[in-house]
Amino acid sequence: MTAPLLEVRGLAKRFGGFVALEGIDLDVTPGERLGLIGPNGSGKSTLVNCVCGTLHNETGTVRFAGEVLDGLPAHRRTHMGLARSFQLPRPFTSLTVADNLRVPLLYTVRRRSLLISSPAELDERCLDLLRQVGLDGKARRRPSDLTQVEMRKLELARAMAAEPKLLIADEAMAGLSHSEIEDIIALLMRLNAQGITIIMIEHIMRAVMRFSQRLAVLVSGRKVADGRPEDVVNNPDVVRAYLGQ
Amino acid sequence: MRPWKFSLLMVAAGAGVFALALAIRSDYLFFAGYVVLQFIVLATAWNILGGYCGYVNFGTAAFFAIGTYTTVALHKIGANSGRYLSGTLGELLQPLFPLSVPALVILSGAVAGVIGLGMGYLTLRLRGVFFAIATLAMAVVLQTLVINWEFVGGSRGAYIIREESLPMVGFKLGYVQYLFAIMLLLAAVALSVARLIERSRLGYGFATIRDDEMAAEAAGVPTLRLKLIATAISGALMGMAGAPYPYYIGYVEPAGTFGLQYAVNSIAMPMIGGTTSWAGPLIGAILLGSMQQIATVTISSAVNLLLVGVLLVVFVVIAPNGIMGLIFDWQHARRKP
Repeated sequence: MTAPLLEVRGLAKRFGGFVALEGIDLDVTPGERLGLIGPNGSGKSTLVNCVCGTLHNETGTVRFAGEVLDGLPAHRRTHMGLARSFQLPRPFTSLTVADNLRVPLLYTVRRRSLLISSPAELDERCLDLLRQVGLDGKARRRPSDLTQVEMRKLELARAMAAEPKLLIADEAMAGLSHSEIEDIIALLMRLNAQGITIIMIEHIMRAVMRFSQRLAVLVSGRKVADGRPEDVVNNPDVVRAYLGQ
Repeated sequence: MRPWKFSLLMVAAGAGVFALALAIRSDYLFFAGYVVLQFIVLATAWNILGGYCGYVNFGTAAFFAIGTYTTVALHKIGANSGRYLSGTLGELLQPLFPLSVPALVILSGAVAGVIGLGMGYLTLRLRGVFFAIATLAMAVVLQTLVINWEFVGGSRGAYIIREESLPMVGFKLGYVQYLFAIMLLLAAVALSVARLIERSRLGYGFATIRDDEMAAEAAGVPTLRLKLIATAISGALMGMAGAPYPYYIGYVEPAGTFGLQYAVNSIAMPMIGGTTSWAGPLIGAILLGSMQQIATVTISSAVNLLLVGVLLVVFVVIAPNGIMGLIFDWQHARRKP
């Protein structure tokens, strides 16, 4: 087996007296499609925040591509190839839709290599990304002109723009229609085929089951199951967490 | 327009203004114009941190005073070089003194920039209103330090005796005219810097800090480093604006140098002009600055701050994004069918 791309060991996070996460171990191998599910408040987003550096975990370590991430600010982790979309879209409201994507291109992609150098190439890259999520018609609009659904797509496109090795999509599909969900799944599959490892956090089980090669389940800050999707959904602990006893 | 072309244009515009002012032959015009130009520099400097990054700085007066008191201290050393510049290092430095005003401007900028960087490091972990309070506190601390610093006159203040005029090739340039020209150049520099930032990678980074720091970090923007760059540039420009002030006014004391008008005006001017582009602080400073100068001679200097207050209230109600915001909205509305 190859070395894991992301390796989480014994991660814990507390907010005051509330234990949000405890003893989380998680491995993600390169090229994998992992689904992360769990009831509301089970700590999925907190885990993402700890992995991406938005929050800092008290105990445990996070390794990415063999390097320990603990204590690194979020932007350094993005530079290393770890990108995420936010559960509630957080667009840069004073920039146009295209310029929203220009930021990761300028600050992350250009840092790694000087391949994109001319402004025209940058423009083309922004448009190309927007085309992939179907927002190319609104490149010059401001995020405030977008619908909630379009903002989620923008959120995803911005994470894609950073050209990550690992993309964490935090509920990128909430509120989307069936056909739009299909579009996003197809898009994520395409990215995965290009070699990008993807963690999908989602409530829409149909999408998660179709997408994931492996499922991890969080309940009340603990990982209760991790394995093949078919096995996990029939796991008695998981069933109890979702349906009650 | 390329940045260097813009800078040239600004310098040319400055030269034009200077020639026009010389042609009018009124000393008062230079005297009043200096203050307006000083506020263009201060408002533009404030806007680099306050407008682009969204961090409201109430400490403009402190940075201005850093510049002013750097000049006072260096002037005193220069005037008594035999006394203060002793030892081998002193003898090496002695030929440099007394320093010319442009040299003082650059040195003051460096001092204020370094202090800005230090203050930024201490305060930039705070956000929103807490950052604003910290800058206010910084101004109070610095004022207390200056009051107790005997070398620059403490609370008694310090007199600076300047020459009446500067010998130029073929004619004599009055000192106020000289200071006016320096301030013009500084304004051109400040506006060029602001516009350069706006159009660069740095400008995008600053805008993301203003909009959403968490999302900025996730996009790979090193927010703390960028904010430190902003405080250093902003502080340096404010310090530069303060450097020629002792020569202009002749007598400086802490209460006046740390005066409320600097903090209030440098916030109000970009707000009224519009904070998202370099033109906003320029428009705001010219508008508000000249209104204040006119009010000073026609009504009384006491109405200055009242004027600022009334205009701020009016703009917050009718044009929250300032004059530039109104213009953008108007263009936007015209483009749409």
